[in-house]
Amino acid sequence: MAKQKKGIKPTLIWNSNWEYSPAPESAKPAAIAKKYELFIDGKWQQPVEKGYFKTINPATEEVLSDVATASKKDVDKAVTAARNAYEKYWRKLSGAERGKYIFRIARIMQERARELAITETLDGGKPIKESRDFDIPTAANHFFYYAGWADKLAYAFPNQKVSSLGVAGQITPWNFPLLMAAWKIAPALATGNTVVLKPAETTPLTTLKLAEIIQEADLPPGVVNIITGSGETGVMLTQHPNINKIAFTGSTEVGKLIQATLAGTSKKLTLELGGKGANIIFEDAPIDQAVEGVINGIFFNQGHVCCAGSRLYVQESIAKTFIAKLKDRLATLRVGDPMDKNTDIGAINSFQQLKSIQSYIEIGKKEGASFYQSKCKIPNQGYFCPPILFSNVAQSSRIAQEEIFGPVLCILTFRTEDEVIEKANNTPYGLSAGVWTDKGARIFNLTKRLRAGVIWANTYNLFDPVSPFGGYKESGFGREGGLHGLYPYVQLS
Amino acid sequence: MSKTERLEVWKTYKLFIGGQFPRTESGRTYAVKNPQGKTIANACLSSRKDLRDAVVAARTALGGWSSRSGFNRGQILYRMAEMLESRKVQFREELVAQGQSVSAANREIKNTVDRLIYYAGWCDKYQALFSSVNPVASSHYNFSTPEPTGVVALIAPEELPLLGLISLLAPCIAGGNTTVILASEKKPLSAISFAEVLHSADVPGGVINILTGSRQELTSWMSGHMDINAIVASAIEPDHWAAIQQSGAKSVKRLFNWNKIDLTSAQGQSPYLIMDLQEIKTTWHPIQSIAGSGNSY
Repeated sequence: MAKQKKGIKPTLIWNSNWEYSPAPESAKPAAIAKKYELFIDGKWQQPVEKGYFKTINPATEEVLSDVATASKKDVDKAVTAARNAYEKYWRKLSGAERGKYIFRIARIMQERARELAITETLDGGKPIKESRDFDIPTAANHFFYYAGWADKLAYAFPNQKVSSLGVAGQITPWNFPLLMAAWKIAPALATGNTVVLKPAETTPLTTLKLAEIIQEADLPPGVVNIITGSGETGVMLTQHPNINKIAFTGSTEVGKLIQATLAGTSKKLTLELGGKGANIIFEDAPIDQAVEGVINGIFFNQGHVCCAGSRLYVQESIAKTFIAKLKDRLATLRVGDPMDKNTDIGAINSFQQLKSIQSYIEIGKKEGASFYQSKCKIPNQGYFCPPILFSNVAQSSRIAQEEIFGPVLCILTFRTEDEVIEKANNTPYGLSAGVWTDKGARIFNLTKRLRAGVIWANTYNLFDPVSPFGGYKESGFGREGGLHGLYPYVQLS
Repeated sequence: MSKTERLEVWKTYKLFIGGQFPRTESGRTYAVKNPQGKTIANACLSSRKDLRDAVVAARTALGGWSSRSGFNRGQILYRMAEMLESRKVQFREELVAQGQSVSAANREIKNTVDRLIYYAGWCDKYQALFSSVNPVASSHYNFSTPEPTGVVALIAPEELPLLGLISLLAPCIAGGNTTVILASEKKPLSAISFAEVLHSADVPGGVINILTGSRQELTSWMSGHMDINAIVASAIEPDHWAAIQQSGAKSVKRLFNWNKIDLTSAQGQSPYLIMDLQEIKTTWHPIQSIAGSGNSY
């Protein structure tokens, strides 16, 4: 420690005399190909119009691979392949045999977990410890979970005849690419549907590797088709007349467009959209655990999480202490190379997203909130954003109402239980919320009255294949995960 | 009419909003005619403002209604059935005046009462059927339960003016939602008389609000209203429904078209219809795990 001057209260100075040794993961096992074609009808196929786009590493801005752009003709080919596979094989196959194919996918994912984790981090910028310990194992477990449902559907829907829907068109986001692909594909296959899936433009690689795994698992051709491209390809998929079901995870803005596009059709729809999760801390909460929960709630995956606890409501009596502790904790967060096994906050997913976050920072400052940003060093290359706290935020300000989707926490205070419930519910969203208190009756009062699909009490940001996930209000409809995650893919009669 | 005969007293059919019977604020009415073309009543031609008032009433009533016990909601639905049963004659006359045969009217009333009884029984049972305790892999207690979607707009079918309306209403309020109903445009009288049943069945004001008027006009306000969470329709034209879907997307409304469900049969009632208007909420809490405690009991 530096020598303290007389009369000055000693403070902890992080990031000054402490240096962390680098602990880099190797990029080699990712084995990313120079070029990826479209996976249609069980084969890798060149796009009809032969267009390709580049996917880059957001931490270095280096090109990782060229990926095919699916045009209208490719979308059509993929949907036709899925329809044929549905009629020819998949709907005729017994539930038990369908399940065995899905189990195979789960097993191969576990075997290739390291390759998938490294690819996910290179392509999306998330810390390797997250892709290694969360994204990839949870994705494999999701397949494992739904595989077991395939021959047990009669038990899920008492007194009903269960049928599949047909071809499902699925669109996944860039924040948890492989995990979201698993959330979409596993329940669709278990219930007897076939799939055309389009991953996000900036993060297609792990989904393309999943296509390799599906090929390796020897699924009948056309049961799963993976097509890549921009939002335009997604629009073509949602508009395709030969699709029975659309499942979308992404922004509320795009979700509304898709819902409107489907008007007048018989396509079933599930939407998993944005959120502005309230994380509520009462004065009797275990403060240090709550600080960890708040940090994990907003900075997990750089804050690129639809259910992130992006609005902190802290009871007035402890606000000063709590914010001081948050600032201390912020100073120890390691921001930087996502491939380093010690990194807490990796790269922002894309240049476009970084710009969007920066514009919200300006909005917050203009609205009069107090701005505080961690003073850590960040790499010269790549898209990085050290974590941010905004305090003195007004309930009505844009940074408290709109989803920022980055490492930005808005701090508000409250006095009473009724007040915080009203404030927490006062957004168009309703995806998630957190409650921290030592009092059981209060937990249940809040978990009951908060209008959100997932409530974490004395914890935050946990996910499990058996646990249904999805929103209220403008955060979308339908559930993914658990028994309730089967509903969107079946017809009951 | 001879001078000695008593003059019949006619009923004014008004709206039902927030537990009261106001006229439309617009002052507009339309003539309700029997199949012979004779005017049998003047019904309110509700306006956008009436709809907004009804939504405010429904939103205000939501907290109270959704937090009543399932048992209590069941008692109130049962009471609605009792009140309807005791007014069979009145409803039969109204259905017949609107053009139904006596036997069809009797059948419709009987089915309606039975449908209310069916859903009265579900009020405290569907939660157990559609909840789950989820065995997560970490040390957490995790469970999922259904909760009401919120304020629901119901577009009752043109035919079956009583059974159609109740078949949409009962699963909606059994599940703790509050509602704004648009009655059959051509045959609105039974809907307003049904409000009198509600009035005497201890249904809290605002839980059920009933409007009469133009389907084309009111459904466009409904689908665009940002504080309506869901819309259910039955026997609606495909183009009309598509327009509602288009506009409802602006607030991510839950939209259900029960066109394919035959409301006169047993298929017209199901706990899965209650589930259309429920949201699944999942709650997590850590389980304390003290080292060594696993093998101590």
